[in-house]
Amino acid sequence: MLSIDRSIIDAIVAHARRDHPDEACGVVAGPAGRDTPTRHIPMENAARSMTFYEFDSMEHLRVWREMDDRDEEPVVIYHSHTATEAYPSRTDVAFAGEPGAHYLLVSTREPDTEEIRSFRIVDGVVTEEPVEIVDAAVDPHAVQSYMFGQSPATVDYECSDR
Amino acid sequence: MAIEVRIPTILRTYTGGAKVVEGAGDTLGDLLTDLDSRHGGLRARLVTDAGVLHRFVNVYVNDEDVRFLGALDAKLNDGDSVTILPAVAGGAFGFAAAAAIASHGAAAAVVPPSVTPRAVVR
Repeated sequence: MLSIDRSIIDAIVAHARRDHPDEACGVVAGPAGRDTPTRHIPMENAARSMTFYEFDSMEHLRVWREMDDRDEEPVVIYHSHTATEAYPSRTDVAFAGEPGAHYLLVSTREPDTEEIRSFRIVDGVVTEEPVEIVDAAVDPHAVQSYMFGQSPATVDYECSDR
Repeated sequence: MAIEVRIPTILRTYTGGAKVVEGAGDTLGDLLTDLDSRHGGLRARLVTDAGVLHRFVNVYVNDEDVRFLGALDAKLNDGDSVTILPAVAGGAFGFAAAAAIASHGAAAAVVPPSVTPRAVVR
């Protein structure tokens, strides 16, 4: 399960809306070994594409060094899909290089609502997990759980041979 | 001569879990060959069969992306620090993404075989 503060989710959604229709991407760092995302770092999408994202290599190095120096790790790696559902594409799975991270996907295809789902991607295997949004600003002990829709049967958005 | 190499989580299976290893070499290519002699399999995760760096692996010498230093020919000196990071990339994909991949990188850009789009136009 991914437990994440509402203010961080709000910031991620705002980032995704801001960059729509291009895909937005970023990281939420947290103290190493705690599995708690605490520091939101919006990243530049060097691909500036509606269907592809890639961290800028120099920003990537800088942010990963900074996390190292602060004894943090990338707890959440997020990106948006701007015309399709919030489910990892084959590309997402092939490139997933942080087995310890929660891969958070936000779909901004609907103008008024966001679909937010979280996955583990390890050795090419995708496992969806519940997202628990914690409203720390109101009461740190009051926790609301949301299970954003279970995955439907595999949907393949890639192009066919024709 | 010793060069410090920082290994990302996903490749630590080749280094017995070590986050930092040491190696030697006058160029990045030499260094990777040296590392592979002790950490068998590591080089193949970074270099394609065609002998170029994988498109979606970032390698840095000190603060520079090796793509701007000659890639595998990048010169190394004693005390340099090499950092390896798997690119963070993905997306909904499609023709536009294939085009982005094709136009983004070096001429040597190589898409890992597992994601080579079936309909890519070369």
